[in-house]
Amino acid sequence: MSLLEVTDLSAGYGMVPVLRGISLHVEAGEAVVVLGANGAGKTTTLRAISAMLASTGTIRFDGVGMQRSSPDRMVRAGISHVPQGRGTIVDLTVEENLMIGAYVRTDDEVESDLARWFGVFPRLEERRNQVAGSMSGGEQQMLAIARAFMSRPRLILLDEPSLGLAPLVTREVFDRVAESVTETGTAVLLVEQNANLALDFATRGYVLESGSIVGEGSADELRGDESIRRAYLGG
Amino acid sequence: MSEFFQFVVIGLGNGAVYAMVGMGLVVIYRSTGVLNFSQGEIAMFSTFIVWSAHEAGLPLPLALVVGMIAGAAIGAVLFRIAVQPLGDSKANPLPVVIATIGLFLAVNASASLVWGSESKPFEKLFGLGALEIGSVSIDYQKIGALAVLAVEVLAFQLLFNRTKLGLAMRSVASNPESSALAGVPVNRVLLAGWGLAAAIGAVAGTFTAPNFGIDANLMLNTLVFAFAAIALGGFDSLIGAVVGGLIVGVLTDVAPRYIDAIDKMPLAPAFLLIVAVLLFRPEGLFGTRRVQRV
Repeated sequence: MSLLEVTDLSAGYGMVPVLRGISLHVEAGEAVVVLGANGAGKTTTLRAISAMLASTGTIRFDGVGMQRSSPDRMVRAGISHVPQGRGTIVDLTVEENLMIGAYVRTDDEVESDLARWFGVFPRLEERRNQVAGSMSGGEQQMLAIARAFMSRPRLILLDEPSLGLAPLVTREVFDRVAESVTETGTAVLLVEQNANLALDFATRGYVLESGSIVGEGSADELRGDESIRRAYLGG
Repeated sequence: MSEFFQFVVIGLGNGAVYAMVGMGLVVIYRSTGVLNFSQGEIAMFSTFIVWSAHEAGLPLPLALVVGMIAGAAIGAVLFRIAVQPLGDSKANPLPVVIATIGLFLAVNASASLVWGSESKPFEKLFGLGALEIGSVSIDYQKIGALAVLAVEVLAFQLLFNRTKLGLAMRSVASNPESSALAGVPVNRVLLAGWGLAAAIGAVAGTFTAPNFGIDANLMLNTLVFAFAAIALGGFDSLIGAVVGGLIVGVLTDVAPRYIDAIDKMPLAPAFLLIVAVLLFRPEGLFGTRRVQRV
């Protein structure tokens, strides 16, 4: 049984359909990427899974149907979504952002997790009492990711973490995420336009085009696929 | 001079009530981005519940607690049935503003229906006594209002800065979508805000009612003064609501005593203040200046 199993998922905005019955799955601890051009439906896919957007079809997480759920219930179930454009809460401090990430938790290890993620992202610890809105794009991206980990998710949905970041910063973000998921055993569903980067990170992937999945395979297969090379890897 | 001082103190006492209503408005404005026009009417309705509980034999302080709890429940229910279904009020504020105006009318009419239109006498929470300092006499009721205001300010500071719910409320006020994605049950947090605002409304009403007795129009003027208070202090600042409320209280009490024309139009200073602030410093004294990219 897959950790996340999405079957025949359709969603859109108002009368405009964006996703046309896609199916995908993510195994426990696996890193999966959805590749696709602008407007292919990558963000919509993640928003439908985290219940930000109404959808039809079935979403099963850990074997449990998640229809008509709400974003906070998805977090409680173990899915954490890092939205496109960071989604940090700019008026709260770094530490408060991380505490919001732990909102659904009732255990007493929140403080030690805080220390743990400050260890992974030392820049965040330096700025723990600074409001998030005053930080650079890269720092805010790291904060958004650390906040997602604070809920102790089993699956993280990661939406274009490279967007608007300098290549070096992007590389650092991906390295930190890779370390963190390996260490925690968290599965990742990543959507990304930067296919080179994404295929280094993920072990498996899907190709999304106009709201439908048109290809899938291991990272190596996708990297070797001629049509994908032409569309997403720049020859 | 001592006469002037007397007027100022009375003004501060009245201002404490405007500040309370103003804080309720700020709590809702920060979390939903709309001015709740029904704030005063929900307070009036809750104060009627205080009155009824008191009539039924409860001592006034206990009756006030009953009214606050009932008010919180009413605020929460009204949010659930009339505001939440209208969707994200930050993206689309107009439907929610109209809904709160509708609630204003509905709650006002309901109160008339239940309690009639005749004004009823209302006991003072802090009794009839007064503190005499030289030639200045200050009602215990006014001192009590200021003390209760101080307690409310302290309670709000603790709530917002020391509790999980308070953190969630600030988070939702800043970015509801990201808060939801981080696991905050946004609608439940907003509902808590409405309940809280309604509960302090019951307190404000209990201080207002003894002046002229209680009827369905109890909070009409107070709401206008509270609007002036938060326009002055800044729509999104709790401290602004308090400072603004006290200033408006003093201004509207002192001005009519020296300017005859204003005596016949008690709301005039408040309206002038609202217009002046919106013209010259729209973010108010303590509010956040919003810069929007277009």
